[in-house]
Amino acid sequence: MTRTPSDRAKQKLKNLEAVAGNGLLHRRLFLRGGAALAGAITGYALVPSAPAQQLADDEWSLVPGVTVPDYGTRSRFEKNVVRTLSNPKGEPRTQHARTPHHLLNGTFTPNSLHFVISHAGDPDIDPDKHRLVIHGLVKQPLVFTLDALARYPMVSRMAFVECGGNSAPLFSLEPIQASVQALHGLVSCAEWTGVPLSSLLDEAGVDPKAKWIVAEGGDPPHVSRSVPLTKAMDDAMIALYQNGERIMPGNGYPMRLLLPGWEGNMNTKWVRRIQVTDQPGMTFYEARTYAPVLPGGKAYRFYFLQEVKSFITHPSPGLAMKGPGFYEISGIAYSGNGRIAKVMVSADGGKTWAQAELQQPVHSKAFTRFRLAWRWDGSPAVLQSRAWDETGYQQPTRAQLVAARGETTKVPALNGFPSQHYNAITSWSIERGGEVKHVYA
Amino acid sequence: MYTRRFAVAIAVVLGATVAFAQAPNLGKPISPADIAGWDINVLPDGSGLPPGSGTPSEGARIYAAKCSACHGPEGKGGVNARLVGGEPIKTIEGEKTIANFWPFSTTLFDYIRRAMPWTKPRSLTNEEVYALTAYIFSLNKLIGESDTMNAQTLPKVRMPNRDGFIVRFPDRTP
Repeated sequence: MTRTPSDRAKQKLKNLEAVAGNGLLHRRLFLRGGAALAGAITGYALVPSAPAQQLADDEWSLVPGVTVPDYGTRSRFEKNVVRTLSNPKGEPRTQHARTPHHLLNGTFTPNSLHFVISHAGDPDIDPDKHRLVIHGLVKQPLVFTLDALARYPMVSRMAFVECGGNSAPLFSLEPIQASVQALHGLVSCAEWTGVPLSSLLDEAGVDPKAKWIVAEGGDPPHVSRSVPLTKAMDDAMIALYQNGERIMPGNGYPMRLLLPGWEGNMNTKWVRRIQVTDQPGMTFYEARTYAPVLPGGKAYRFYFLQEVKSFITHPSPGLAMKGPGFYEISGIAYSGNGRIAKVMVSADGGKTWAQAELQQPVHSKAFTRFRLAWRWDGSPAVLQSRAWDETGYQQPTRAQLVAARGETTKVPALNGFPSQHYNAITSWSIERGGEVKHVYA
Repeated sequence: MYTRRFAVAIAVVLGATVAFAQAPNLGKPISPADIAGWDINVLPDGSGLPPGSGTPSEGARIYAAKCSACHGPEGKGGVNARLVGGEPIKTIEGEKTIANFWPFSTTLFDYIRRAMPWTKPRSLTNEEVYALTAYIFSLNKLIGESDTMNAQTLPKVRMPNRDGFIVRFPDRTP
């Protein structure tokens, strides 16, 4: 008896079933078999099987629509998709606006939802009056207007920007119940377009004695950070555009320093001055703030790199499961070292793992969306993701990270930064009723 | 003579053409005098410190008028960070203070001058910044009550946590 194509498909599906514990399905399930077959093997139809209704034209399709606006805004039904603000009244302290990763998908962060940290509000900069000065250990100090920079050969690249304090609540000795936005909302990803910093430094003529630059913003605290000259001459950029339009005020309008893969605070917003030096400035933010304390009391200096990290955005706390059946697990992975090579997902707290599908193309030092099909049988499960980058660096477990970097002695404030550079695994517990909780596993 | 002058002229023209092809060269030269209003970085070796000086007692008067609303009387803390004291840091979330954490004395001058007071940054004179720096160091017993801070003395103030760091770049960062 000859095997029919249908038999072969069934055989294939058998092989694909449950590649890891608690119902994780093969990452190529959809690519090979399509949604209908996925539904068939999960035993759960993707289309709700409510009784069919007779269709009638909807009211909005029977009258002319609203006039097209000159600058688009999202649907009125999407008003809940907002950043959370740590200091909404602008009191005299730092303001944080966190990206709602659980309400977004894909790899770009919309400009209005890109995370922002402003130490004294966003300056209202007139682009025609803004200047960028390069001086110090150079042959010829130079000043650039925005108009002048706009005439230089430009480059575009995807890049995530992440605060060194992102994910810091996971240093807490007990898991803090909060959304992925509250825990991991200080990272975002955009396409940045601008002028390679090396072009401008070359034009000024860098002295052979130079080893660092000190970049300074035109914001009220004139935030300044030191950057090794090697990075400045490598992939640093004076960025003028964010996702195709001019940079948002909170992200540095009209220009910012972009250091792909390096600590957010170093990516000087509203950059107005770059001094080329033979030593780091030991500015407030590098000497004090972004010097994470280690167990025993010593502290790291110059922890520049944002190392490989991943977390699951769907499902995540606040997105309750709607009954057993089929779900797509999805999340974000990125590394300041380069491209994401692999993401593994576990549904049983790290006992067994299945490889997730990576959304192509995978960009260096940018968000990579990972996805994996999952058949939830309604029983408790613990979801984790773990990423590897192209240099072979493996995202640590929380136990590994805490062994090296410590944890707090009491539960810290959610908005506080008890330490920095947490890049270990995040665990979501799926409770029997479908609630999603933050746990350590 | 004519030939030589002609050759020089050719070289100048060629040089200009090559330079133009390499870079737009749209940055305008600017003199140190014109940069001076923005040239506020102070490096750990003291370079960048301006002329002038200040003492703790002068700083105390300025502090009471312009700083205490946020940082409390005598630097004891208010709605914003305290500027005096600080136990040795034992845990990762330990409070970082000037006395228990900041490794370089120059950072204080640099930060006050660029960022403070929060509501009116860049409004202090260099003399006032020296005086405030002297006052805060004096409160922390890092200098004497009548010591003067200036471009020579300030970089020599030894901070207690000067060696409390493990440098990750360039040794540990790719």
